[in-house]
Amino acid sequence: MTATLERVDVRRTAPAKGRSRARARNRFTVLAFMAPAIIGFVLFFGYPLIATVIFSFTKYDLINPPEFIGLGNYTFMWGDKLFWTSIENTLWFVVVVTIARTVFALGVASVIARLKSGVGLIRTLCYLPSLAPPVAATLVFFMVLRPNGGPLNKVLDFFGVDSPLWFSDPSWAKPGVTAIMMWVCGDLMIIMLAAILDVPQEQYEAAELDGAGPIRRWWHITLPTISPVLLFGIVNSIILALQLFTQAIVAGSAATGSADPTGSTKNLGYPQNSLLTFPTFLYQTGFRYFDMGYAAAMATVLFVISFAVTIVLVNKMRKSSHAEEGGPGA
Amino acid sequence: MTTTLPNPVVVAREESHAKPRSPRQILDWVAIHSIGLAMGLIFAAPVVFVLLTAVMSDDQAFTADLWPREWHWENFIEVFEKAPLVRYLFNSMLYSLLATLGMLLSSIPAAYALAKLKWRGQNVVFLLVIGAMMLPPQVVAVPLYDTWSSLGLTGTLWPLIVPYFLFDAFSIFLLRQFMLTIPQSYVDAARVDGCTEFQALIRIIVPMARPGIAATALFCFLFTWNDYFGPLLYTSEVKDQWTLSLALASFKGMHFVQWNSAMAVTLLAMLPAVVLFVFAQRSFVKGITFTGVKG
Repeated sequence: MTATLERVDVRRTAPAKGRSRARARNRFTVLAFMAPAIIGFVLFFGYPLIATVIFSFTKYDLINPPEFIGLGNYTFMWGDKLFWTSIENTLWFVVVVTIARTVFALGVASVIARLKSGVGLIRTLCYLPSLAPPVAATLVFFMVLRPNGGPLNKVLDFFGVDSPLWFSDPSWAKPGVTAIMMWVCGDLMIIMLAAILDVPQEQYEAAELDGAGPIRRWWHITLPTISPVLLFGIVNSIILALQLFTQAIVAGSAATGSADPTGSTKNLGYPQNSLLTFPTFLYQTGFRYFDMGYAAAMATVLFVISFAVTIVLVNKMRKSSHAEEGGPGA
Repeated sequence: MTTTLPNPVVVAREESHAKPRSPRQILDWVAIHSIGLAMGLIFAAPVVFVLLTAVMSDDQAFTADLWPREWHWENFIEVFEKAPLVRYLFNSMLYSLLATLGMLLSSIPAAYALAKLKWRGQNVVFLLVIGAMMLPPQVVAVPLYDTWSSLGLTGTLWPLIVPYFLFDAFSIFLLRQFMLTIPQSYVDAARVDGCTEFQALIRIIVPMARPGIAATALFCFLFTWNDYFGPLLYTSEVKDQWTLSLALASFKGMHFVQWNSAMAVTLLAMLPAVVLFVFAQRSFVKGITFTGVKG
């Protein structure tokens, strides 16, 4: 502890010769340790962020030099129907995926927390899908949900229910992708499970003595206690939904039966642009039509949105860490 | 945290002890375990169906059957003949292993500086790390692609690997969280004993943070193995630079008409995650809880 205090106090006390040397050495160490990270951040985040904003005021196709067009990309964006479709789609995913994932993960975690035997096995079964590559998870669901002869189709047939066309039907493609996102909620589930198991057992015992049933105990003790984790789950799911890309592209291209990921542009967002999420549209604009300036304008918009979400998360983290340990930093 | 317990006076009339509770407890036990088992089955079912389809014969894979008439385990071998899977596997391995190695070299010192050294601007730098972690990769894709293409490196995996040797926000974040849990007194003791910061890091922190380092490496490996956007952006035009994830997206239809082969490859792509999980279950669970709870 002493060494740390000394290091902090150095600034205030009149620096003796030895101390200022120690301070210089400390500064050098920090610089040496942080150097790759600082260079990397500048090269791969700092520069491209600024460049994105600059590119967004230009017309650029990668071949000819960028041509300044002022707010042209932004005014075009305002009147672009596809842009609004993609915003709508992403908003749909932000709302539905966030709710579905958080509620589902919470439900699964609550059940697992109450199990007395077979915990390890069931926890593993629920967690493993979240490790699957998103491409593989999407193909798995594409196979299971396929309309003619897929397993779910057969189950629904057995109950006399008409199976939807899922990834070929504009109104069912998004729920299909949501199902994938719920299947891979394992990491969130583990976080919630850890938080639920962290709730002091005495509180439950006291409540039980008072005659509160399991549901009331869950509602009045578990839920309020784990609310910070719940908030984390919500913000985490929002970020995930904002970035939704792989599942949308793979489901769309599998449904068209197209083979080539580089192939014709029409596959993105299939069916009928219902899976054209904002990042997907950005990718299509920049790397299929090579309209880099317009893509950069969309990237700027995406940046502003995700920045706002990040600030909410950082604020939350700061608060919870101050409450927990009162410790250093966020 | 606030808990709203019912008023003790009111609920005192419910005598929880007097009731014969054991039959109800047994019922509770059965109910909760049935739900748990059903949940496990629902999570497992899609993969089971995929496996059943993967081992069907070519003819049967066209049909709507759920159960294979014969078990063709050789399908898992035959897919290697139908597509250049070895090449894709090699590319995925190259990407994941080099990225993980680079991440360890660059992120461990950075995390140490953020967790165990005191310096001005520390909090700002940490906030920048979080910001970078949350940023959708599409935001910076345009200028980065532009730069890599002027360097002539698009069409290779290097634009994806090189950044890990300098900066990986998520790994720095996770390693910092782990290192914060190591008591500062260990580092101070090392300093008193005359260790330089580098020696303190190598001799004290790295051995103590081994579970955290293992978890971070696992996540990094899996993230790159699962990555689709990166390879799609840089190597989609050059087929022999495809990773398994990228190739998988176009398998059904391109290399195979039948579901059985496509599903066999899907299972192969999921295999590394399962194997890693079996051997390092604890690291996974520890790592995940650290990303969420200990802000």
